[in-house]
Amino acid sequence: MHDQWSFQTKLIHNKHKVDPTTGAVSVAIQQASTFHQQTLDESPEFDYSRSGNPTRKALEEAIAELEGGVRGFAFASGMAAISTAFLLLSSGDHVLVTEDVYGGTYRIVADVLSRFGIEYTFVDMTDLDAVKANIRPNTKVIYIETPSNPLLKVTDIRAIVQLAKENGCLTFVDNTFMTPALQRPLDLGADIVLHSATKFLAGHSDCLAGLAVVKDEKLGEELYKLQNAFGAVLGPHDCWLVLRGLKTLHVRLDQSVKTASQLAEFLKKHPAIKKVYYPGLHDHPGSDIHLRQSVNGGAVLSFELEDEKAVKILADHVQLPVFAVSLGAVESILSYPAKMSHAAMPKEERIKRGITDGLLRLSVGLENFEDLKNDLESGLSTVLAYQ
Amino acid sequence: MNIETVLAQLGNRSEALTGTVSAPIYLSTAYRHKGIGESTGYDYTRTKNPTRELVEDAIAKLEGADQGFAFSSGMAAIQTIMALFKSGDELIVSKDLYGGTYRLFEEEWRKYGLSFHYDDFTSREYTESLINENTKAIFLETPTNPLMQETSISSLAELARKHNLLLIVDNTFYTPVLQRPIEEGAHIVIHSATKYLGGHNDVLAGLVCAKGKEICEKLAMHQNAIGAVLSPFDSWLLLRGMKTLSLRMAKHQENARELAAYLKELPEIDDVLYPGRGGMLSFRVKKEEWVNPFLQNLKLICFAESLGGVESFITYPATQTHADIPEEIRIQNGVCNRLLRFSVGIESVEDLKEDLKQALQAAAKGDLLNA
Repeated sequence: MHDQWSFQTKLIHNKHKVDPTTGAVSVAIQQASTFHQQTLDESPEFDYSRSGNPTRKALEEAIAELEGGVRGFAFASGMAAISTAFLLLSSGDHVLVTEDVYGGTYRIVADVLSRFGIEYTFVDMTDLDAVKANIRPNTKVIYIETPSNPLLKVTDIRAIVQLAKENGCLTFVDNTFMTPALQRPLDLGADIVLHSATKFLAGHSDCLAGLAVVKDEKLGEELYKLQNAFGAVLGPHDCWLVLRGLKTLHVRLDQSVKTASQLAEFLKKHPAIKKVYYPGLHDHPGSDIHLRQSVNGGAVLSFELEDEKAVKILADHVQLPVFAVSLGAVESILSYPAKMSHAAMPKEERIKRGITDGLLRLSVGLENFEDLKNDLESGLSTVLAYQ
Repeated sequence: MNIETVLAQLGNRSEALTGTVSAPIYLSTAYRHKGIGESTGYDYTRTKNPTRELVEDAIAKLEGADQGFAFSSGMAAIQTIMALFKSGDELIVSKDLYGGTYRLFEEEWRKYGLSFHYDDFTSREYTESLINENTKAIFLETPTNPLMQETSISSLAELARKHNLLLIVDNTFYTPVLQRPIEEGAHIVIHSATKYLGGHNDVLAGLVCAKGKEICEKLAMHQNAIGAVLSPFDSWLLLRGMKTLSLRMAKHQENARELAAYLKELPEIDDVLYPGRGGMLSFRVKKEEWVNPFLQNLKLICFAESLGGVESFITYPATQTHADIPEEIRIQNGVCNRLLRFSVGIESVEDLKEDLKQALQAAAKGDLLNA
């Protein structure tokens, strides 16, 4: 619907923008776990909240429209969305997963699914030959994140989709870092888009949520069956929080991306920094591919300091970014992947992937650029003084 | 401390700064660290959240367990427990099982190589004959849904101990007010907290608690890895509901006892299934064709899925809760097309009697005018 409207407008004006009973312009929070049924003869749209809830439906339809899919699904967390999607697989199936996948996804694949006969291979998705070489007859899914976390490595979505299609595999794309405002994997041929909506989509560090979108009705039916059977659904209050966050997605990202690219340039020139990872930088590997499939470099960057000691000094000195896990919020968040998002990954695997003890990830929020720059600059000069 | 006291005090004294009596809802997803390795104990809300922790501690305390875990639904709780197993494992499961659990086992977990043996647990010899080297657990609902059959937890616990099996008990129908499976030897207790624990039909939630360090650690790891956790707002709603649990259970039970006796005497009723305690009962009407007009003529009692709320609900298992069980198996188990399940609410029992009576009479007369 409303195809003539831009993404920015669609964020505010969707089919649930006015409550039909009261005219309310904010979707009602329907906490009811169950719904009165008038008769045995008709199967009602809503009977039990796990199977369907009006507030959740509004969110599920909103994300489906924004991602250009036919059906959306809301889950209790990004990991609940990802674990449910993986359960489309059966014992004996094989999945190819991007090598520097989020630590939580690594854990679910390596520690949980493996016990139920689902085989896996981690592969560098930027190396298409390696991807090709690792596809087996029983490979059913290729799972990518682009740009990846925390090294912002760029995967060519179209090329992976083509390989997947040639081999009868589905392509799952974790689109958390970009959001449909900046990248729409379904348009590029992917089958399922996954989100930790906790991040940019909700955007306020106040709601844990996961979303999935498909563009094929049949796949949608299968995923619905799993969502209902496993019951890892998102509560109505949290659905409402995500819907509320979505309304400002465009303006939030506009601001954060602008600041992130300025900070990337600043950090690149700083003597305490060994390396900056940001797909909006033209010398970032794969930035040409990234800028073909996305609007811009996004609002997350990583940078490498000398060692853990340098990280500790910086973390002790910065006053603005919150030193915490998570990302994609109004507050800037500085994370230490080695001990936070990737703590679940064995050290050897982590270092092999380039996630060193000196690496920090910065999720850029809505603070003023100069304030953030000055704060980082002061912390980094302390690092230099020590070195 | 008595259970009424524990329940009434849930969440109180949880926050020292303001002295708030109703526990705060911590929506924050991330928790600031002062420096590397200097966590406050809270890092990321999926792993641990201060509001969710209160409801997790509450269920552990009420059930006499070591640790509690809160999930986004009862099914999410069961799903997470199932992830503890591995391909090739076998479980012995209540025959008269909630349809959603049956579906999860048969349609999802079978494809990962788990096997389920269904048992009504009336013969210890038979149950024992189902045990082999791959058997890892007994999964029990007591009383069963919707046939209200009670099973002795302690006798199954003895069997579980003998064969080194996990005993998992779904305690949704009785709640720790009436039944405490861990004290009888169970290892894991599950609740669809959507039902009596929440009690107001306004929150979807699952709770699990367990006894034993190793099993608790495994559950914590899987809860965090799978991520089907209960949100802070819903955790708070659940905690709020639990404060009145013992009052509600007492009234549910009082009403149910009276209605079980009342229904037995009505000419339109074939039989009443009620174990003598709790707020759930089932009954069979004499003719299948009365079911629909009876439901349509109810003026007070809601025809809806779910149970355990303050409002009275009647459910038709054949098309609602047990629709996922093949008809042949369903009827063979006694869940026939004349069976109705009644979640007795806390309304005046006289009003409930009147509503049942008039709806049954109208149905028997073939009178749909009131519908």
